[in-house]
Amino acid sequence: MCKGLIGRKLGMTSLFEPNGGSVPVTVVELGPCVVTQVKTKATDGYDALQLGFGTKKIRRLSKPLLGHMRAAGGNFAMLREVSVDDPTAYTVGQTIGTDIFKVGDRVDVIGTTKGRGFAGVIKRHGFSGNRATHGVKMHRVPGSVGNATYPGRVVKGKKFPGQYGNQRQTMKHLQIVDIRPEQNLVLLRGAVPGHRMGLVLVNRPQGVR
Amino acid sequence: MEKLKQLEKEMMRLDLPEFAPGDTVKVHVKIKEGEKERIQVYQGVVISKRRGTVNATFTVRKVSYGVGVERIFPTHSPIIEKVEVVTRGRVRRAKIYYLRKLRGKAARIRERRFN
Repeated sequence: MCKGLIGRKLGMTSLFEPNGGSVPVTVVELGPCVVTQVKTKATDGYDALQLGFGTKKIRRLSKPLLGHMRAAGGNFAMLREVSVDDPTAYTVGQTIGTDIFKVGDRVDVIGTTKGRGFAGVIKRHGFSGNRATHGVKMHRVPGSVGNATYPGRVVKGKKFPGQYGNQRQTMKHLQIVDIRPEQNLVLLRGAVPGHRMGLVLVNRPQGVR
Repeated sequence: MEKLKQLEKEMMRLDLPEFAPGDTVKVHVKIKEGEKERIQVYQGVVISKRRGTVNATFTVRKVSYGVGVERIFPTHSPIIEKVEVVTRGRVRRAKIYYLRKLRGKAARIRERRFN
């Protein structure tokens, strides 16, 4: 069984439970993914499937990549490897849909977080900042970053301004609330990293659960 | 995006009657007590409606034994059995929060006339 699929985050909404409770869900358009390469222990040292999803303009893809995708017949926006129990059950060009998951399953979702650029400490680390008035001349600065002669340096890992977001992030053990195979939609409880229309990888959690 | 909108449309309840702020409504609410389920009627004035497809809500205010009570209902919630419009009120704004400060005679709402 193939253990993951590539999808696209469509956005969030909420569902009602029969008792009136509200469930926050993220709608992910999951698959159908095309197998672009089958990796086996014999040839590659491990078992895996490489999947392709979405489309990208051909002129934006490199020729080597296009050549690699040709066997699967597509110009995919994203290629990702997922683990698989038995790679011999799959062939290049085969499509895999949402039917590998079922309602109630737990999945890990990997995405790229929203890029916030070079962010200050208030946005990036949740510092509280300083007063706006009463003679204060600095408002959003980090303030003191350490002690004096001892230790004479700034401790490692000190929180500073810097790049925030646009990083790979995994949300673990999100519950599948609903699956709509005819529309390739999967509804996951809770939030998923990234902006709307962002590409995400939905994986079965590693290890036994 | 279209798929998301369609999904939301599916979850929306289209069986509720049209009502607006200023209207007096009876909301039939399902209440679960242990095993049994019964229906409670909550009557009051709609003082606000919040838009937003599935997340839309409306607030109903009533004065119960001299104490003002406001309840916010998610418009598309399954706990609402039905909504009955008792009277249509004529008000000039969308959120009639000023009603909270008024008591007795001053808190009356003129009925809307239809031609």
